[in-house]
Amino acid sequence: MSDSIPQNLKYTKEHEWARVEGKTVVVGVTAHAQEALGDVVYVELPKLGATITEGKQFGVIESTKAVSDLYAPLSGKVVKVNDALTGNPSIINTDPYGAGWIVEVEPSDTEQVGKLLDAAAYAELLK
Amino acid sequence: MTRRTPLNEAHRKLGARMVDFVGWDMPVQYTSVIAEHEAVRTAVGLFDVSHMGEIEFAGPGALETVNRLISNDLARCQDGQAVYAGLLNDLGGFVDDVVAYRFSPERILICVNSSNREKDFAWMKARAEGVAPVDRGDDFAQIAVQGPNAVALVQRLTKADLSQVGTYRFTEGEVAGVKSIISRTGYTGEDGFELYCATDDAVKLWDALLEAGQPDGVKPCGLGARDSLRTEMKYALYGNDIDDAHTALEAGLGWIVKLDKAGGFIGKDALVAQKAAGVQRKLVGFELTGAGIPRHGYPLLKDGVRVGEVTSGTQGPSVKKPIGMGYVPTALATEGSTFDVEIRGRAVPAVVVKTPFLKKS
Repeated sequence: MSDSIPQNLKYTKEHEWARVEGKTVVVGVTAHAQEALGDVVYVELPKLGATITEGKQFGVIESTKAVSDLYAPLSGKVVKVNDALTGNPSIINTDPYGAGWIVEVEPSDTEQVGKLLDAAAYAELLK
Repeated sequence: MTRRTPLNEAHRKLGARMVDFVGWDMPVQYTSVIAEHEAVRTAVGLFDVSHMGEIEFAGPGALETVNRLISNDLARCQDGQAVYAGLLNDLGGFVDDVVAYRFSPERILICVNSSNREKDFAWMKARAEGVAPVDRGDDFAQIAVQGPNAVALVQRLTKADLSQVGTYRFTEGEVAGVKSIISRTGYTGEDGFELYCATDDAVKLWDALLEAGQPDGVKPCGLGARDSLRTEMKYALYGNDIDDAHTALEAGLGWIVKLDKAGGFIGKDALVAQKAAGVQRKLVGFELTGAGIPRHGYPLLKDGVRVGEVTSGTQGPSVKKPIGMGYVPTALATEGSTFDVEIRGRAVPAVVVKTPFLKKS
């Protein structure tokens, strides 16, 4: 598991990442987050079509020992959820920036993503 | 002040994630709770359990003294045998749950929970009639070697004939040149040993087991795996599943309570009365049939009404199901009974199942 921080993503202080893909934004948790959590055994996902709000809880991630809230990096409508996490939540451990993505969001404010931390700022936060 | 076991540095060298556990700086995991759990179920795992306390009674009358303090019966044991027992209060609730080792009628060693060490010692001092207890906790380190390959591993390191040491039996001998109490006990549901040695010898014993265990697939294991392993067996954890407010009968531990033993024991009268009146609530094991993981403290609901709470819960790595324990009214305690676990405001259905959760093939 690599702790390297992808340059093309944006980050929150709560260790979520956001990746712009055309008109939508994919959201997940960082390698640092999954490392700190330990083995992920359950993810509570929002419903398709749900509205999430920047800075507010939109789901829950549970490891063998701990329960943690997921915070929305931006506001918008959930247009995709990663159903693979229901049967196999451990992909968040093995591929946090890829197959372990959590939701895809249609932003209500396209400016919001730009205000998130960039890779350098997130790296600074981890120091 | 944080206490450290003699293996603290060894854990750090192995890259363990350390946490505070009732005042002790202990490894919660080295690599992954699930991988360590699996190592114990399929190969062998090593646990530093040196934080556990040891209290000794030595001298004429030691057995009789201890037998008044514990719910189980050392008089029915042979020398070299150990029993799981409760130290009960006058109401039949748990001061602690312990393992008592009978070296001889004149020497009994009691292994107690680290969280209760001082409390137990004070309680024993106040309640013991005859021989006085001695706190030996600082003298001993303890390493648990657990899993299907544990016996072979320990046997390669000792001249003691381990085939002669049955479950809940123990012997004394050298393991890897370290004088040890070799006890066929554990807290995982797997075969294996708990090795008690002098504090100063712990690193030597730990390193020898790790090195010799390589062909056995040995892994150092933390408190995370210890908790998931014991939960799958429905072994009680003091402070979660048993405490001073729930009796041994309510906890389903009637088998460690010998109401008919000569001389009686503290808490007996309360349990006799409770047995006659009928037990009103029981500790059950349940599986969630809906999505989620039951966690300590979550409410248990029947038709929306709170009937209890989760005392322990986890996603069982071997049973591959969300499992938990909790006290419920006796009417809800039979296998197949249903209730809900309240998880973040949602009522998630659960069903009472036969335990241990883990079924051995």
